[in-house]
This record gives sequence, C-alpha cells and structure tokens, in this order.
Amino acid sequence: MKSSFLPVLALLFALGLAACGGSDAPDSAASPTPASPAVELPVSSVDVGPIDAALATEGQGIYETRCTTCHKMDSRYIGPPLGDVAARREPEWIMNMILAPEKMLQSDADAQALLAEYSVPMTNQNLSEDEARAILEYLRQVHEGA
Amino acid sequence: MACRTTETTAIDADVAQAVYVAPGEYDEFYGFMSGGYSGQLSVYGIPSGRLLRVIPVFSQDPEKAYGYSEETKPMLMTTHGFIPWDDAHHPELSMTDGVPDGRWIFINGNNTPRVARIDLDSFITDEIVEIPNSSGNHASPFVTPNNEYVVAATRFAVPVPNVDVALSELSEALSGTLTFIRADVADEMEIAFQIIVPGFNYDLAHSGKGVSDGWAFFTSYNTEKATTLLEVNASRNDKDFIAAVNWRLAEECVAGGAGRDVPGAYYHNYMDDRHVAVSEVKEGTRMITPEDCPGMVFFLPTPKSPHGVDVDPTGEYIVGGGKLATVIPVHSFTKMIAAIENEAFETIIDGIPVLDYEAVLYGEVENPGLGPLHTEFDGRGNAYTTAFISSEIVKWDIESTTVLDRIPVYYSVGHLMIPGGDSRQPYGKYLIALNKITKDRYLPTGPELAHAAQLIDISGEKMRLLLDFPTIGEPHYAQAIPAEMLIDDQVRIYEIGENTNPHAAKSEAEARIERDGNEVHVYMTMIRSHFAPDNIEGIKVGDDVYFHLTNLEQDWDVPHGFAAMGMQNAELLVMPGETRTIRWTPQREGIIPFYCTDFCSALHQEMQGYIRVSPAGSDVPLAYGTAGELTTVP
Repeated sequence: MKSSFLPVLALLFALGLAACGGSDAPDSAASPTPASPAVELPVSSVDVGPIDAALATEGQGIYETRCTTCHKMDSRYIGPPLGDVAARREPEWIMNMILAPEKMLQSDADAQALLAEYSVPMTNQNLSEDEARAILEYLRQVHEGA
Repeated sequence: MACRTTETTAIDADVAQAVYVAPGEYDEFYGFMSGGYSGQLSVYGIPSGRLLRVIPVFSQDPEKAYGYSEETKPMLMTTHGFIPWDDAHHPELSMTDGVPDGRWIFINGNNTPRVARIDLDSFITDEIVEIPNSSGNHASPFVTPNNEYVVAATRFAVPVPNVDVALSELSEALSGTLTFIRADVADEMEIAFQIIVPGFNYDLAHSGKGVSDGWAFFTSYNTEKATTLLEVNASRNDKDFIAAVNWRLAEECVAGGAGRDVPGAYYHNYMDDRHVAVSEVKEGTRMITPEDCPGMVFFLPTPKSPHGVDVDPTGEYIVGGGKLATVIPVHSFTKMIAAIENEAFETIIDGIPVLDYEAVLYGEVENPGLGPLHTEFDGRGNAYTTAFISSEIVKWDIESTTVLDRIPVYYSVGHLMIPGGDSRQPYGKYLIALNKITKDRYLPTGPELAHAAQLIDISGEKMRLLLDFPTIGEPHYAQAIPAEMLIDDQVRIYEIGENTNPHAAKSEAEARIERDGNEVHVYMTMIRSHFAPDNIEGIKVGDDVYFHLTNLEQDWDVPHGFAAMGMQNAELLVMPGETRTIRWTPQREGIIPFYCTDFCSALHQEMQGYIRVSPAGSDVPLAYGTAGELTTVP
C-alpha cells in the first residue's frame, strides 16, 4: 500500500521559497519537477456577515488556550501578529491556515513565504472546522474594534 | 564453521525484488520479535527486515524514559521491588476464534515471572502482571483461542510457598506450577488459578484449538528432578512428558470450590486512562491439585527432553520438539481422548495418569535433523521444524509424517515463525528463522555480533532463502500480522482536551511553578520551539524537583524531549498532547541549562532554557517566566 506523505521540503525547494503573490503551480521552465497534484484544502468558502458576538467570545476562549503560545495581537512573537490578520487575509485563508497548515505549505505561496520569514511552521492544533470558524470571528472582532 | 558460507547459498536473481520495499511503500507484515535478554520487543517490517520500533516492556529505556518517568516507573514494580530488566522470550498475539485479532500482543518475563500486554494501536506496554509461586517463566504467555487465558509455568521448580530449604533436601521440596492468567479484558489481568504439578522443568506450551479447544499443552524435561549438573543428570530418561491440561474442566472444578486459597502477593501494574501507570498488589491465588479435579491433567510420554510443543491449525496434532530425540513425535488429540476413556495408563505420578505412548502417538517424523526444537505450520498441510544442532529447517507433511524439503540456516536456529503459524489460519508465505549464532554472516563487530534472523519464502514446494537481517538482543520467538490489520487503528496524537494527567498544563496560561516544602513542581509546556517557562529561579540544592512536561502539539510525529544538565535518570520524551514527569535533584549551585532533545523544527537548537540553582537555605524566591518579566511565586 502507498503512503500519502508528500515530501514537503523538496516541494518547497522546487517551488522556491519566495512569495510570488499567487498560489499557481510554477511553470515547467522554472522547475523541472512535475506540478504536484492539486491539494485539497478543507475550506473553500466562508460566509461572513456582521460580527456574531457569541461566536467571537467562544473563539476568544479557544484562541487564548491554543494560539497565544505562538501569537500576540500587536507584535511579532513565534509567529506573526494577528490583530490585523482579518484585514490582511481572506477568511478562507485564515481557516485553512488553522485547519491544514501543512497543506497550505504545499500549495500556498503566502504560507510558504511566512515559513521562510519565521522558520517555524504554523502548527496543526487539530481543531474542528467549527472551532476555526469561531477563532476567525474573534479575529474579525479584534480587527474591527482596533 | 571456519569457512564462509555464502558460496553454498544459491541465491536466485529475483530474491532482491522479493524483499525490496520501495521508498515510501509499506511492508506487508508487522513482525514482532522478542528481545530476549534485552527485555524489550522489537518491531520489524516483513519482508524488508527493516527495524520499525523497539517497544520497551520489562527494561528501562532512557531513549523513551520508560521506567524512568514518574508515569511509567510503577510498571516495573514487583514483590522483589523495582526491577529494571527481564528476559523476554515469547511474543504472542491476542486471538479471536484462534486467529490473531490485532488488539494486543503479550510477552513473558522469564527471570522475575511476569506477563506483559502491549496495545497494538499505540505500540506501548499497557499492563504487566506478576506470577506468584513460579520461577523461570518460560512456558508463557501462550494464549487460548479467545484470550480466556495466557499461561505461565515453572521452568525451575521451587518450593511452594518458597521457603528456606537445605540443598541436601531440595529435590523433594520442589514443586511445579502451571498458571492460568485471565487475559480477555484490558487492564484486568489476574491469576485465575494455579495447578500444582511434579517438580519437573516445564519448558514451553501451546493451547489447543479447533478439536482440542479447551486444552493446553506444556512440555516438561528433567523428569529426573536433578538439581545439579542438569546437562548430564536431566538427560537420563528416554522419555519426558507433555502435560495435557483440560482448562475448561479446571475452570469448572475451581468454580465448584475445588482447591484452596494460597496466600502470596503479586503485583498488577497497568496504564490507567490518564496514561499514568498504577501498581496494585493482589493477595492470594487459587491453587488446585490433580487430585482436586480428576481428568484435569494427563502426561503424554515424549522423547527426549522435549522443548517445543506445537499444535497444528486443526488442533488434532500435537508436535513435540524432542530436543535430544532422533525423531519428531506427533501425538493425536483424538487418540489421546480415546486413551483417556480407555484408561490406557502406563502409571500415575502425583495423581496424574501417564498415558501409554503408543496409544496417543500419531506417528514419528524420521530423519528430522539433529536437535529438533520448534514447529510452525503453513495452513496447507505442512509443518516446519527447526533443528538446532544440524542448523536447518525441515519441512514435512503432517498426514504422512514424511520429510519433503530441508534448508540450511546460519547458524543454530532456535524458534521459527510463520505469520499466523501457530494459529488456526496461518497466512503462510514467509518463514523467519531466529538464529542463535551469527559468526561470519555479517561484518564483524568485535566479540559480539547481532543475532541473525533469516527470511525464507515458503510459498512454493522448495524453501528459498531471501534475506538475512540483524536483530536486537536475542530474538527468541516472533509473531507477525498483516500490516493492514493495524494501520488504520494507529494513534497519531493524544487529544490535548482529553489529557487528564493530574499534572498537565494544557496551555501556556497554565504553566507555573509551585513549592511544597523542599518539593518543587514545575508545570511546563512545549511547542515548536520553546518551553514555557524557560527561565526559572529559586530552586535550591537539596530540592526535589518534578518537571511536568506537557507537549501542546497536536500534530503527528512531533514529540518534544526534555533534559537538564546533571539529570540522574533519563531524558523525557513527550508525545503530542501528553504529559510526562521526570524527577531531578540538583546537586550543586549554578546555572543549569535545559533543552529539547528531539529535533522538532528549524529552531530546535533554540529550544532551551536556564534554571538558577541557589545554595541550600538561600532565600531566593521562586520565580519563572518566558520572554518577559519573571512571575514571583508568593
């Protein structure tokens, strides 16, 4: 039987670690490596509306136990500051980064650029989609309150 | 054996292909090999012969902190105190309907009699039970077809109870015990009953199956009851015995009140649902004699000093490994039952009828090689027996008891293993010879070489040698199970939300230090790639420091390690979502660095911290922090 493990590092070298503003696979001139099979990310679209305060409060609880190990709101720590992340990133991107950081590293140029900058990969905290959605709501609330 | 032997081994061109598992591919079978005097259990991929893991069982393992961490130390407690080693011989997969079910694997400890149970979803030793009134626990832990029992027996007869006896009176003071340990419920192993038998050496066992389900068979040697120079004195009798035990009848007799309660403590250690080992001391066992339960035990005469006893897949044939015999005796279960009904007894020893040899014998395999020891089966009507002295494996037809094929092995083979080969449904295909002597087979490594396992293809008429591979300790016996039976059930992480270790810190907010007299408890978290706290002061010489490390990762295969300079025990390796504790008693003042031992990220080398140790009696307050102001403990 085959394992589904993909050699992430080799892929990173193949893709180049510089951010190139998009997540398209590199063309064959840039890399002799065949393009990787399409990576399936858990979240393809998120409906966001006015801030749901109850959901944000739930998200805050998860954020404080699971995220503050590596993130602060207003300054760089182990990872980047998150106070304005809701403005800088699409909601789908935020949820996918929480839920499947290793898949984002395989397919997303921005995630690859962040690893190059911070050296420590975003850790998979094994959260559910509902938990990630609640964290997203909290991050949106923090940004709007700023 | 002065000359190299590779020239004498005809290797076909396609052999390499038969054992090649391409990078990223998986092996077909998990193979479990006992570590013998290493006390552990190793896991190999079959057919590649690649080492996948060493599971610590009876011996401390500083690599994994097994037997060193506070959560695992109780696993090694016995009535002799804390025992950091044992001699582990026989892995035995748990069974349902006489077929491996992939839940657990059991293994025996010979020296301080114990049986361990390892979980096959985590490859972690989960339970160890001590065997009282026993010694030299070699005929163990062979399992009955639905894990009703695993067995144990005295290879070395001892006084029961074990008291001071003059050596001049020793022989008559010794008894044997055959022990049945309940093994069908995880974490609830216990001695169900023990049968008192004559003080012979009980060497190996196997349960009946199919037609013989409900019986268990034990070989015995030294029926001479010698207590000195057994090499000569225990080889005088032409025949010794296989003891046939009707364990279902024994159960009924015990349930009906037969036997007596014998005092005597034994330890039962298990990992509870907090992942913390708990030791409980159980008191007393039910002891039953053959007279208490007529029809429970019979002796089958078997030539000569038999070693293994192996039951074929149908349960009809009971094969003795007549170590010093010139033949392989094959008993018939059907004939045995008839002999019992007809009372075809040669004699009675201590209440145990000795059945007539000819009445129970199905046949003898002629010319089976010298020193036949162990037999396994391929499920296609063939048996395979190891011959220790002539260094070969002999394939024979069970029905006709005739030899079909033989293959040399290098050297001095003890056990052999066919995947499922002692079960009702062998998988066949491969055979592994577990050899005792290596000599010139590998690059020499000084006076000691790793023991050699040899993989043999048994899918065709002729056996074919495929691969040699080195092993750890003494791979005494082995078991194997198809990989797909285990792959999908493997634990990858422990859910941090389900961590109930009393010393867990489930987020950095919970990281802290507490003092209680001279006991200091450090509740520390780890995540790529920092500790919290990573700066600590207020520890004093003479303090008893407990580091409680929680790995906050929730990602497969990202353990973190912990070690502080001068730690007197081991590193601590903590799985994702788990908490583990290590004790440290600082010996002198100074600055003590600590660090992560398991390479975890590009900034693994940055995963470190400092502890300030002040002289005994100093008044430095306890304080701790990470990346900022220290928090002082009031």
